[in-house]
Amino acid sequence: MQLDAKIPSGPIEQRWDDHRFEMKLVNPANKRKHSVIVVGSGLAGGSAAATLAELGYRVHCFCFQDTPRRAHSIAAQGGINAAKNYQNDGDSVYRLFYDTVKGGDFRSRESNVYRLAQVSSAIIDQCVAQGVPFAREYGGQLANRSFGGAQVSRTFYARGQTGQQLLLGCYAGLNRQIALGNVKMYPRTEMLDVVVVDGAARGIVVRDLVTGRIWSAAADAVVLATGGYSNVFYLSTNAKGCNVTATWRAHRRGAGFANPCYTQIHPTCIPQSGEHQSKLTLMSESLRNDGRVWVPKEPGDKRAPGQIPEAERDYYLERKYPSFGNLAPRDIASRSAKEACDAGRGVGPGGRGVFLDFRDAIQRLGKDVIEMRYGNLFEMYQRITDEDPYQVPMRIYPAPHYTMGGLWVDYNLMSTLPGLHVIGEANFSDHGSNRLGASALMQGLADGYFVLPYTIGHYFATHKPKPLDTDHEEFKRVEREVEERIARLIAVDGTRTPDSFHRELGKLMWNDVGMARSEKSLKHALSRIPELREEFWKDVRVLGGRSEMNTALEHAGRVADLLEFAETMATDALVRDESCGGHFREEHQTPDGEAKRDDENYCHATVWEYTGDPGKPNEHREPLEFEYVHLQTRSYK
Amino acid sequence: MNLTLNVWRQKGPQDAGRMETHYLKDISPDTSFLEMLDLLNEQLMGEGKEAIAFDHDCREGICGMCSLVINGVAHGPQRATTTCQLHMRSFKDGDTIDIEPFRARAFPVVKDLAVDRSSFDRVLQAGGYVSVNTGGAPDANAVPIGKEEADKAMDAAACIGCGACVAACPNASAMLFVSAKVGHLAHLPQGQPERTRRVGAMVSAMDGEGFGNCRNYYECEAVCPKDISRDFIGEMNKDFRRAALGGR
Ligand SMILES: Cc1cc2nc3c(=O)[nH]c(=O)nc-3n(C[C@H](O)[C@H](O)[C@H](O)COP(=O)(O)OP(=O)(O)OC[C@H]3O[C@@H](n4cnc5c(N)ncnc54)[C@H](O)[C@@H]3O)c2cc1C
Ligand code: FES
Repeated sequence: MQLDAKIPSGPIEQRWDDHRFEMKLVNPANKRKHSVIVVGSGLAGGSAAATLAELGYRVHCFCFQDTPRRAHSIAAQGGINAAKNYQNDGDSVYRLFYDTVKGGDFRSRESNVYRLAQVSSAIIDQCVAQGVPFAREYGGQLANRSFGGAQVSRTFYARGQTGQQLLLGCYAGLNRQIALGNVKMYPRTEMLDVVVVDGAARGIVVRDLVTGRIWSAAADAVVLATGGYSNVFYLSTNAKGCNVTATWRAHRRGAGFANPCYTQIHPTCIPQSGEHQSKLTLMSESLRNDGRVWVPKEPGDKRAPGQIPEAERDYYLERKYPSFGNLAPRDIASRSAKEACDAGRGVGPGGRGVFLDFRDAIQRLGKDVIEMRYGNLFEMYQRITDEDPYQVPMRIYPAPHYTMGGLWVDYNLMSTLPGLHVIGEANFSDHGSNRLGASALMQGLADGYFVLPYTIGHYFATHKPKPLDTDHEEFKRVEREVEERIARLIAVDGTRTPDSFHRELGKLMWNDVGMARSEKSLKHALSRIPELREEFWKDVRVLGGRSEMNTALEHAGRVADLLEFAETMATDALVRDESCGGHFREEHQTPDGEAKRDDENYCHATVWEYTGDPGKPNEHREPLEFEYVHLQTRSYK
Repeated sequence: MNLTLNVWRQKGPQDAGRMETHYLKDISPDTSFLEMLDLLNEQLMGEGKEAIAFDHDCREGICGMCSLVINGVAHGPQRATTTCQLHMRSFKDGDTIDIEPFRARAFPVVKDLAVDRSSFDRVLQAGGYVSVNTGGAPDANAVPIGKEEADKAMDAAACIGCGACVAACPNASAMLFVSAKVGHLAHLPQGQPERTRRVGAMVSAMDGEGFGNCRNYYECEAVCPKDISRDFIGEMNKDFRRAALGGR
């Protein structure tokens, strides 16, 4: 496997412009001749599918939900960043670039991050033109808020439903192209494999989730926009359907998987309430703008929060990080919460929680203002916990939320498998080992609206894919493999449900490969995952037929892939013998518990090549160079 | 708590379907409604019976994928709450709960509790967008939009497209959904150039999908998990009359 990142040379401000000029174009009349498969209809996939269709390509778009507008992007709450500097507070493309590289703890590719910051402004313009109802000031101008890891206000938002509004805008554009006949949309259709012909990705094999029919689609290029893999932890803030199948199956066909151990544990989620729990709910990070995080100073203090006097509270983020305070980046805020709970100072059931208190903000601004800013989040909190956050502080705890790792892509967003492009959360680019708040929506839309539509044209113009259809024997062969795997899943006919395996894997990953990792925990995970996988293939029970809607079968297939992927993820965490961003190795910390990077040995992206055994992948490295933002110890103090 | 559940089972669109009774024990009041169904499914699969199919994804009340008519009410007894956000503390120990799919001619049952709501997508494809391509948009602050208008647009845009309004309506009308979508763009300057064409196209697509007429029962507003106001229906009717007159 060759890693050529294709990073343009020259001054960083000009790289993307120069590259756009140098890339070959496809003549408008020839665009109709090219077809593209886009798997995923979230912000990344939806924006790419619509834009590619506008340019004249023939697009086939797939998602497993019943409609493209339900992709998991819809759940994003807090906002989307852009270097508009509307607040006149010193923001710039360079500052957004700088914050993102530093926030990512120097494990991302500078050129990609710079480009992301450059196109960020155009995203907001585009969304407003589509009718996205962003929050406004009384004078009619767009409003902004600040988010963790930044000292400027550059986050655009639509109440606590920014993802929903962006996705509805993007979906509207997609609908327009569907109506025009330029996009053919296939909802309730799950991609189960990639088809490679003559070394290039030329199609996918899918299952119709309503009829169970296995069929395939061919195209000149395949784009994966299938989101992240946080559900490897079972309990996460992701939607129930999120999974690793698409990227894992592509990995098995030759796409390198980069940094799978980089996962983001979000500091502000509602703590788990019991064993029945099926998912965790995020409370937007924007709450940290006005809420203050604290725990009692004394371990084991069981008094109600209102009974604990000011002097006996520890506002630990404000104490430890005076310049960022409650807006410290996510990895730092999460770890601090774990530290407080590990020291016995946690609150709520099981002592796994910390307070997020709005008392002072309500006193200062009034309940009305807080309600206007966060009303829907407060309601959601109350519905779930039966507690009123206007009266008592919220209880929060970290939960798996986002995955910075993903399929490796070059500057053109193409994976190591020619023709296979990867965008949005599914790829590894831009966020290094820790993503800053409000940057995922920005990245998904940057990839889909403003990057891929250019780079894919260059791929067509230079590779000139030959016409091909699904009668090709390779399509038939992969279809057979997919059919056989489904038959095997049903044939096991054991005693345990797919969900019980998923839960067990999730617990194992959370304990051993979660917020803090050690050689010991990782080795434990690595010995246990293959056993669990074996148990799965001996004892899983999938009832119901294959030629009908069968939710147990869908889940079983996804769990089977997670069980393979988890092993590569733990391997990656073991091999990366340093702490950086969200990857915290207990062996590598400063005396005050901060992550300690090892730039000498680990200033690279680790890219795994599939070998047939998920526990023994081949390691490749893309060295990372920091020409502009110089390597430094990240400090938010 | 212990519960008796009467659940709709239907093998496929052509099957007649029937209610099936199951008993579930020791459910914590902190369990969500869908987690309760997960537990039922685990129990069923343990007994060698196929799981009940139901739609869900985000479980945060935002994707609009969950549905269900619970004791005769779309999304169940709690006001402004989706099924996935409903918790068992809204019920009592010993309760009997009827669980049925959203029912409407335009929402055929796919299996058990899952229905096909693609008619909504087709209504939106008829005109629920601003015709702009990617690129070339003016600066986002070029056109100021007063906060009140922007808030109105957002009130309408909050619709999650779940279809509860249709399921609750005695006529299975989609007026609340369509008017929210039309209203979102009608309250923004970006939506003006196509305003008349949009409303005409979307209303005729809605009629074509087999949704019923609005007879002002407003059951839709009562069940809407996002509190979409019936006022949008009135606004849309006005726009539609103008469209029908061919004016602007
Ligand atoms: C609760 C929550 C809140 C968040 N808030 C913010 C925020 O405020 N700001 C921010 O910047 N980011 C936020 N994020 C992160 C952000 O929402 C996601 O990273 C981003 O939306 C991912 O977009 P995507 O298009 O890459 O993938 P997704 O939106 O996850 O879309 C994936 C698509 O792929 C499809 N798919 C997947 N697998 C298959 C398959 N095998 N076959 C067919 N289709 C498939 C799905 O159907 C779906 O259409 C939040 C995340 C969560 C969980
Ligand atoms: S599952 Fe998403 S709204 Fe209920």
